[in-house]
Amino acid sequence: MAKRIGIFVCHCGINIAGVVDVERVAKEMASYPGVAFSTTYQYMCSEPGQNLIRQKIEEENLDAVVIAACSPSMHEETFRNVCGEYFNPHMCEMANIREQCSWVHDSEEATEKAFKVLKATVEKLRGNEDLEPIFVPVEKRCLVIGGGIAGIQAALDIADAGHEVILVEKEPSIGGRMAQLSETFPTLDCSQCILTPKMVAVARHPNIKLMAYSEVIDISGYVGNFNVKILKKPRYVDEDKCTVCGDCEDVCPAIVPNEFDMSKKARKAIYIPFPQAVPSTYTIDREACLGLAPLACAQCKEACEADAINYDMQPEIVEEKVGAIIVATGYDLYDKERLVEYGYGEDDDIITSLEFERMLSASGPTGGKIIKPSTGEEPKKVVFIQCAGSRDRKHMPYCSSICCMYTAKHAMLYKHAVHDGEAYIFYIDIRATGKDYEEFIARVMEEERINYIRGKVAKIYREGDKIVVWGVDTLTGKKVEIKADMVVLAMAVIGREETRDIAKLLKVAVGEGNFLKESHPKLKPVEALSRGIYFAGCAQGPKDIPATVAQASAAASKVLAMFSRDKLEKDPMVAVVDEEHCSGCGICISVCPYGAMQRQPNGKAKCIEALCEGCGTCAAACPSNNIEMKNYSDSQIKRMVEVVI
Amino acid sequence: MSFEPKIVAFLCNWCAYAGADMAGTSRLKYPGNMIAIRVMCSGRVDPEFILEAFEKGADGVFIGGCHPGDCHYVSGNYRTRRRVEMMKRLLEEMGINPRRLRLEWVSATEGQKFARVVKEFVEEIRQLGPSPIKKEEAI
Ligand SMILES: Cc1cc2nc3c(=O)[nH]c(=O)nc-3n(C[C@H](O)[C@H](O)[C@H](O)COP(=O)(O)OP(=O)(O)OC[C@H]3O[C@@H](n4cnc5c(N)ncnc54)[C@H](O)[C@@H]3O)c2cc1C
Ligand code: FES
Repeated sequence: MAKRIGIFVCHCGINIAGVVDVERVAKEMASYPGVAFSTTYQYMCSEPGQNLIRQKIEEENLDAVVIAACSPSMHEETFRNVCGEYFNPHMCEMANIREQCSWVHDSEEATEKAFKVLKATVEKLRGNEDLEPIFVPVEKRCLVIGGGIAGIQAALDIADAGHEVILVEKEPSIGGRMAQLSETFPTLDCSQCILTPKMVAVARHPNIKLMAYSEVIDISGYVGNFNVKILKKPRYVDEDKCTVCGDCEDVCPAIVPNEFDMSKKARKAIYIPFPQAVPSTYTIDREACLGLAPLACAQCKEACEADAINYDMQPEIVEEKVGAIIVATGYDLYDKERLVEYGYGEDDDIITSLEFERMLSASGPTGGKIIKPSTGEEPKKVVFIQCAGSRDRKHMPYCSSICCMYTAKHAMLYKHAVHDGEAYIFYIDIRATGKDYEEFIARVMEEERINYIRGKVAKIYREGDKIVVWGVDTLTGKKVEIKADMVVLAMAVIGREETRDIAKLLKVAVGEGNFLKESHPKLKPVEALSRGIYFAGCAQGPKDIPATVAQASAAASKVLAMFSRDKLEKDPMVAVVDEEHCSGCGICISVCPYGAMQRQPNGKAKCIEALCEGCGTCAAACPSNNIEMKNYSDSQIKRMVEVVI
Repeated sequence: MSFEPKIVAFLCNWCAYAGADMAGTSRLKYPGNMIAIRVMCSGRVDPEFILEAFEKGADGVFIGGCHPGDCHYVSGNYRTRRRVEMMKRLLEEMGINPRRLRLEWVSATEGQKFARVVKEFVEEIRQLGPSPIKKEEAI
């Protein structure tokens, strides 16, 4: 049945009416095919404007409406809601005669264009069908990938709200980088002391299924209904039996560097990365062990009174169904070997900021004592270099955002430990934008008598037992040469390589520095473009602990909002395959980025509506034109093309 | 009367259409010869739509999508890039100057770029003159 279309042209004050001859447009469009009624109004989006639409729908018996006003991104929802009171909301379309018309063209041109835009919109509307929202069920369980502070916080929030969480961590223990830190700016509380209670809470929580030493290897499905495969790596130690007595470690003959201590301390092949590890258990490092199969040593098993060691443990694949996924895979530091322009080679006395954190930590390789690594002596002169690899076109162009703060902290902690020591900090700018951060920096500068040098370092080289740092003080224009005992590089923060692998599995985008790309940089900072996937912490961009925790709670609240419903509504503008004529060539299956096009047993393609996001790539690719996009059909678009020319 | 080019544009909803809105919000003037049809993704643009436009008398066809890597639907714009390359060759064979088909990446923030490329394109088509297909019809 032919539609009775009503046209409502908005003046938008003088924004449109000051340029476009709205009265003429409304008048002439009244006689366009299919149009039953046409009028103008001052502000269509206002309450009286909306009431006018209601009134005319009733009086004129309209069953479809075009609002010629601003961009659909502004008010499409508003008007569809109004029309939805009377008929299917998809029978309401907007014609953009403001952003892409009255604001950019002169009067005559704009009026002509307004006609064309309106005609095209009427043509589209004439081809529209009633669409009902597609509902998909929600599996109210959440997968959290990465057990740093971001993943821990998100998991706790969701679990506390009563939903099950599967927390997957690839390392033997959760905790992430925060477990490696000494004291935290700006308050200098001990990092582990504030973190470990949360780690223990994770271990104890009845709603959290912790899978440490595990990796996600496959993800399929869609929002509300993801299927996940998780690989549980064998620890060769039974988590439940291990009492962490340490007898095994004492007898283990294989010694390797401990990654947790940035390899500055040794560990055994059977090890616990740090004493407060969660889950609290030993793990055998397969690579370092003298040999599991065939068994070459077995000293640990003999020593273990709890009988926790099992050399026959096998990798296990666990399948889980979840409704939402939070990616919290954290960060790494940029490789210091890549800063070739400084000219240094391997040098024990040039260390990264994380290595220095370990040195400062009471549980670290030196027991909290600051030493010059090559000699073990107390370093009397230390140079800290900020923006090492950050804000640098040759390396990472962005600001790593946390280095100004932790370098100030490092210099302060150094001065507290070595009273007669001298600390120099090379910086480009000081960025201390967090709460109480500026005060912290000011305190460091004033009370600790640290030499802040504004400028870049040109060269670093060894001269006897000293490391010479050459730079320019850009405030005085003078060259600076410092003969230091130790150099600490505040390396650029980058997303972990593993984040790329996870992003591939999830089909979400990764940008510069391996950071996950959010749906909207301002309004959707924790959401992926694909629904049901959220980000938290440094995996999304460099940030400090407060911002990480805030983001984790934000991601959790998004998940909880989703879990508060039993069914999810999704946009019904999906693809439909004409099955009768489908040749089964499979091109649509190969082009669909969402795996929504699937081959049926009869060889023909079918669109899984719950997966389809409505991009239309399949419709454009189908060689026999047997795929249509609902309310964006080929014939609709061709009619639009015709009337705009 | 001087020649006024008729141009059809297909703009993806997430980047190019939003970029065109941004040009409006920034009140950047550009010629009104081009009318936009909003599609969800540039990957929706069927080569048939381009042919249809030329057949119906368009002097130029413009496709606006997200920058490579930024497509809202992951990879639609890569398909578009390939299709446009193919279409340019086809147009050439048909005797239509391939410059009459233009693909541009415009992000939601690039109002300036949108206004600039529209100006350029309209100017280019003006130089090229009316589409040969239209001339044939006129004869
Ligand atoms: C030198 C230095 C000093 C700092 N000092 C401070 C400070 O004083 N105050 C402050 O507020 N902030 C400080 N920070 C910042 C702080 O470290 C971060 O904000 C915080 O650790 C980020 O936590 P996260 O959970 O996002 O990432 P991470 O701590 O990196 O955690 C990510 C976790 O995910 C795991 N993971 C990665 N990939 C996978 C995978 N594929 N599967 C499963 N698990 C995976 C990792 O093993 C890790 O456990 C400092 C940073 C540095 C470099
Ligand atoms: S959404 Fe813009 S090109 Fe795909």
